[in-house]
Amino acid sequence: MSEFLQQLVNGISLGAIYALIALGYTMVYGVLRFINFAHSDVLMIGAFVGFYAAPYFPKDSFFGGIGVLIVAMIVCAIMGIVIERLAYRPLRKSSTLNVLITAIGVSLLLENGAQLLFSAKPRPFPQIFPSQALHFGNMVVSTNQIAVLVIAILLLGALQWIVLKTKMGTAMRALSFNPIAASLVGVNNDVVISFTFGLGSALAAAGGILYSLNYPSVDPYMGIMPGLKAFVAAVLGGIGNIPGAALGGLVLGVIETFVGGSERFSTWRDAIAFAILILILLVRPAGLLGKMQAEKV
Amino acid sequence: MKRVPSPLFLVGALALCFGLNAMTGRFNAYYVDVALNIGIAIVMAVSLNLINGYTGQFSLGHAGFMAVGAYGAAAVSLFAGPKLLVTFKFLGESGSHAVVFFLALLTGGVIAAIAGFAFGAPSLKLKGDYLAIVTLGFGEIISVIFRNVHKLGGALGLTGIPNETTLFWTFGAAAVTIYVVLAMVHSTYGRGFIAVHDDEVAAQAMGINTTRYKVIAFVIGAFFAGVGGGLFGHSKMSITPTGFGFMLSIEYVVMVILGGMGNTMGVIIAAILLTLLPEVLRGLAEYRMIIYSLLLIVLMLTRPQGLFNFRNPWKRQRKAA
Repeated sequence: MSEFLQQLVNGISLGAIYALIALGYTMVYGVLRFINFAHSDVLMIGAFVGFYAAPYFPKDSFFGGIGVLIVAMIVCAIMGIVIERLAYRPLRKSSTLNVLITAIGVSLLLENGAQLLFSAKPRPFPQIFPSQALHFGNMVVSTNQIAVLVIAILLLGALQWIVLKTKMGTAMRALSFNPIAASLVGVNNDVVISFTFGLGSALAAAGGILYSLNYPSVDPYMGIMPGLKAFVAAVLGGIGNIPGAALGGLVLGVIETFVGGSERFSTWRDAIAFAILILILLVRPAGLLGKMQAEKV
Repeated sequence: MKRVPSPLFLVGALALCFGLNAMTGRFNAYYVDVALNIGIAIVMAVSLNLINGYTGQFSLGHAGFMAVGAYGAAAVSLFAGPKLLVTFKFLGESGSHAVVFFLALLTGGVIAAIAGFAFGAPSLKLKGDYLAIVTLGFGEIISVIFRNVHKLGGALGLTGIPNETTLFWTFGAAAVTIYVVLAMVHSTYGRGFIAVHDDEVAAQAMGINTTRYKVIAFVIGAFFAGVGGGLFGHSKMSITPTGFGFMLSIEYVVMVILGGMGNTMGVIIAAILLTLLPEVLRGLAEYRMIIYSLLLIVLMLTRPQGLFNFRNPWKRQRKAA
């Protein structure tokens, strides 16, 4: 029983990270209807910014950690906006395939640029939050896991507030319903799309740092796997749906941790996310919380 | 409209490969190795072009099918090879080796085709980005599966595969791939692929079974990817589950895009150039992927029809109208 609870805690903490990353995919899909392949590499850049920023902040204090997080989020938000401006905006009217290929190009550019800049060698990520293992009976919970959960919940709350209560959030929702109608009622689509990219990239940076805290090493290709899995989480919850992305992330994190922790199937851990993806696309392509829609011609 | 290429083209190409092969000994071993890589790249890129280019389905898992074929062919050579060699002894030393290698390649291709069907039939209902991600996932799953099958070497892979791949086999396979793809696409039946690519809804309205066309493109593409994998395994003599990752798939995708999707000649040129480029520019090896990625972005922004696609898109449209 205690092992079950332990795995559940581990799974939820992993799932919270997936959820943060998945939100970026889902928001961009919501406004632009395309999968931002480069999202997983923004996460990697976020982790590297955290890695280089950490020495400038007080060690072993909660506020120092938050400082590192904020710096990484700001840098990545700017980067997300720049990527959108340079690579995606000129293609707004081209076919999805062209945009997809460009996104893959951006993703490869970030990975290999990072490899050239930082070298491919994996590096240990500094403990930016005071780290300690807490014992609850037989269960061990690290303060990092708690920090991950608290930060994830705070960020999710903030996002929900932005999307539901602010003017920009209303514009985002309007755009995802109907871009032409949104621009007719005075929404500046370009600004809203830039904002969405910035927001999503900031969340990816937070996800990247929290991921590096639990799996403490950073390298240029670290983003691929969590990025792909977070994408699966977004599809699982219903792509374009913000609470869905959070739910999908949690479900995926828990399933993956249980599979990874089981004795017989631990080596299949990396395959489980893709098996879920294929299954969900076949059985319920709209995702757990998405609405089924008939295709219009 | 281009006509279906004559079977004479295939016979001529095969004869040419045979002649070339007889002279292998005269070439520098390094050049032969590069030539083999080029041949394999052509097989892979032209078969991927059937899926990504002509039929317009975006697959990012071509290396996954290559892995299936490489493992299938290697398993035949390693496990059944010795017995088969005895069976075909009456054909002489080189004859029996040729027959066994042919069987190995065929098996690799067929297994890859079966994998293509098993995977393609359910997932080809999906479109665009979704299909891309699912095929990417397929590549990852394949790698995890091979890592867990201990009979096939597990994470260490298979080693000691006989070195059977020659210029004849490689360029023969390339010629067959090119011929089959061109013959299919330019046949009456094959117009369906292009119809699916141009407008799926309209194709459906014309009574074309789009899913079926997509699955057929996928199965044939996977078959040749499997053959390419078999050639690859028998030329490198060892294969590992991680050797057929996402990056390899991307390389073939870059060849198809560079050559111009649905333009076989351009794709062949791109396959040759992109295999030669890293050999010529050894010093730039670490910048290779950066160049690839910039190329992808710049191409999509300025010349989405591909670098080596010289057909004028405007002209084509006017003709169609």
